[in-house]
Amino acid sequence: MQQILHSSLNNVPSAWINDLSTQLTDEEHVLAWLETDLNAHLHFSEGIIVVTNKRLMAKMTDDGVWQEWGYQQGLLLTQRDYAGVGCLELLDSNARLAYWRYRLGNDMAVSRLIECFIHQLDYHLTGKLSEPDHTQTQCPICATLLSAEQEECPVCEKQVHTPPSTWTLLRLWRFAKPYKGRLLIGFILTLCSTAATLVPPYLTMPLMDDVLIPYQNGQPINTDLVELYLSGLLGAAILAWVLGWARTYMLALVSERIGADLRTTTYEHLINLSQEYFGGKRTGDLMARIGSETDRINLFISLHLLDFATDVIMICMTAIILTSINPWLALVTLLPLPIIAWLIHLVRDRLRIGFEKVDRIWAEVNNVLADTIPGIRVVKAFAQEKREAARFHAANQRNLQINDRVNRIWSLFTPTVTLLTEIGLLVVWVFGIWQISKDEISVGVLTAFLAYIGRFYIRLDSMSRIVSVTQKAAAGTKRIFDILDHVSSVPESTNPVHITTVQGQIELRNVGFRYGTRSITRDINLTIKPGEMIGLVGHSGSGKSTLVNLICRFYDVTEGTILIDGHDIRSLTIAEYRKHIGLVLQEPFLFYGTIAENIAYGKPDATHSEIVSAARAAHAHEFILRLPHGYDSLVGERGQALSGGERQRISIARALLINPRILILDEATSSVDTTTEKDIQKALDNLVRGRTTIAIAHRLSTLREANRLIVLDRGRIVEIGNHAELMEREGYYYRLYQAQARNVDTEDRAFVPPVVEHSVTGEHK
Amino acid sequence: MNSTLGYQLSRNSYGRLVFTNQSGLVQEGVVPVRSFPITEPDQGIALIDPNGHELAWIDRLTDLPEDYRVLIESELANREFMPEIKRILKISSFITPNTWRVETDRGNATFIFKGEENIRRLTLSALMITDSHGIHFLIRDRLSLDRHSRKLLDHFL
Repeated sequence: MQQILHSSLNNVPSAWINDLSTQLTDEEHVLAWLETDLNAHLHFSEGIIVVTNKRLMAKMTDDGVWQEWGYQQGLLLTQRDYAGVGCLELLDSNARLAYWRYRLGNDMAVSRLIECFIHQLDYHLTGKLSEPDHTQTQCPICATLLSAEQEECPVCEKQVHTPPSTWTLLRLWRFAKPYKGRLLIGFILTLCSTAATLVPPYLTMPLMDDVLIPYQNGQPINTDLVELYLSGLLGAAILAWVLGWARTYMLALVSERIGADLRTTTYEHLINLSQEYFGGKRTGDLMARIGSETDRINLFISLHLLDFATDVIMICMTAIILTSINPWLALVTLLPLPIIAWLIHLVRDRLRIGFEKVDRIWAEVNNVLADTIPGIRVVKAFAQEKREAARFHAANQRNLQINDRVNRIWSLFTPTVTLLTEIGLLVVWVFGIWQISKDEISVGVLTAFLAYIGRFYIRLDSMSRIVSVTQKAAAGTKRIFDILDHVSSVPESTNPVHITTVQGQIELRNVGFRYGTRSITRDINLTIKPGEMIGLVGHSGSGKSTLVNLICRFYDVTEGTILIDGHDIRSLTIAEYRKHIGLVLQEPFLFYGTIAENIAYGKPDATHSEIVSAARAAHAHEFILRLPHGYDSLVGERGQALSGGERQRISIARALLINPRILILDEATSSVDTTTEKDIQKALDNLVRGRTTIAIAHRLSTLREANRLIVLDRGRIVEIGNHAELMEREGYYYRLYQAQARNVDTEDRAFVPPVVEHSVTGEHK
Repeated sequence: MNSTLGYQLSRNSYGRLVFTNQSGLVQEGVVPVRSFPITEPDQGIALIDPNGHELAWIDRLTDLPEDYRVLIESELANREFMPEIKRILKISSFITPNTWRVETDRGNATFIFKGEENIRRLTLSALMITDSHGIHFLIRDRLSLDRHSRKLLDHFL
């Protein structure tokens, strides 16, 4: 411990080192420090708080002087936070001595500062230095305890926010790489086919000079030459056709595969992200990204990128051919090219921003749909169809607005290119006629030039289209890579420990969890023995579900550790760990498929007899047999309608089938009536037997079987004991139980009185 | 004069608000909470005890006697932290997550912006941007920002 603390002296932020070193006396060293970024009036301003072995010191940049407090009886350093701002207070027994504000970001530094302060205070008062029992190593930056298997600190790792590079489209190379052989063939085919299309204009030159002009001057037509040139034209056309077909087919094949890979990879990555990610995103948006964005990228590669590459090749080849025929005329012909390139560049940025906006607004339109369609019953019940229609209309209106703005720039683009084309042709005519008049070139050469640049400028026109599609594809790629770049906040251990069998002992050590700025649980210490049944009790919002989510590792703890059979759950493979957990939720989710498939969801290779016995144990067997197709009945969104209790029993069978050592029941009986609850309870009794069980129930009566009840209030454990003990104690649980018993009574009698009360209050007014 | 309110408020040496009701019950560490902090900040303020129970309701701050109003306002100022962005100086990249350097009414600050979904539209021109730690930055009127800021912001709208 001491070793680590000494080294932290070097870690003091460089801006403060000089200032601080003048303040320190001999044999005084810095034990912990916290940089604050707000002053007492909540303005942004830097400051530092330092705990040394002699005193507590603090300075704000604005102040210019150090404040200090020696260790003395009654000092207390506490912290609290609200809405993302922390407050650290130094109190003595009479008053508050000082307080500091800071943006939350480094919770660990705060708790370490307080820990060091208490430690030193204790030492100064008692003269004894209590030896901390840290057998584990600490992260040098944030002082999180690391388990022996972890080399890098998971907390610090998570805080890295480096944006991906701007060359988003190039990142698609990762997906193109496996097909590079075929891509090369496609490229060569493109080269050849483009070359073939450039032959016909070249042949117009001798046709004009050697056949047509001499004929006009009175010579007969040379049929041999005509045959040769015309067959050359036909051959080139056929060759271009064959090669063009081959390259388009080849590249479409590759791009389709790239698109498919992109989709699968994105989906695979997405589904492995933590619950936290899904909580913050909207379904419509995510669906749009994986569906339409990948399709757009796919189309971009197979169509637009290919065309663009062809165009570039064609322009280069044409430039070479034209220069070889007549460098001066070539120069004049090619002059508009840089102007157009500049124009393209000019519009590029504005268009890209515009298209990103269009995408976002499109997702917004989708979100309105995703909001209302699942909630259609509420919409109808409150007769708000008009309002929802208006909301959709508003979203659409904004979509229109933004599209209009983009189109304003975009529509200017194509006509401008066409105008430039016409001007370019005019320039060639003028210069060409002048050169012919000087006998510098033949009529054939001018015809060939005009034939070439006719194509050439058409290509430039279509090339200008690449700007918009590239921007669209880049925007899409960015949105895809936004998903791919998102590192799961529940990272897979780099160096996982494999456990084959689990006893089912769960230990929570100083567990704390913070969601955004809200601290949800704090200092939870709990050991659950194998086979024990634990009931989590508390008001809604007391942190019951959070605790379960932490144990399942849907989220990672922000402080402390959760150990399973002595292993930190962060050091285990996630999939392997979750195999040992059976989860029964309040709202059981059934996938579209047969009942058998749904029961076997966690163990797809289960035999029919296994499925049936699981269903039997879950008391689901009989009602399943009553369905027209028994275990083969389709359920899920488009399938057979099942009641809440029936669905719950299927989900219990699902949990039973994987035979987990740890079982989590999250309000498993809350959404059903009391009679159905009894059925489910019977099924649950079978499930619970011999497993470590953590049950959350709103109805306290359902938890009487539990070995221990953990009573939570605002993220802390307030009481532990079984039902009888807790009732006897007449504490928090007792009050909760009483309140609920009363509620049940009032629920039964709640039909008549409200009407009377209403009329009474009415009279009062 | 405070008999109409039915309670008394004061601040103790720990800097906490102390609430005393008519029956003499003293509650320390009372916090005022705005019910509509964004849409109607000056109306509907509740005094909440440390357990989260409501002790008193204030319809309008102006209804209070001067000394109580000052007390509550200072306590609110002490709790509220929603810097208002006056200028956007620099955005590290147009690809999220990125770092924003902004000038606010509370001085210059940097924050990490995680993605477009952290921009909430309050009205047509007012925006709230939530940073990676959940601190809300307010843009009261994005149309009245300077050109450079508007241009930068526009990328994310």
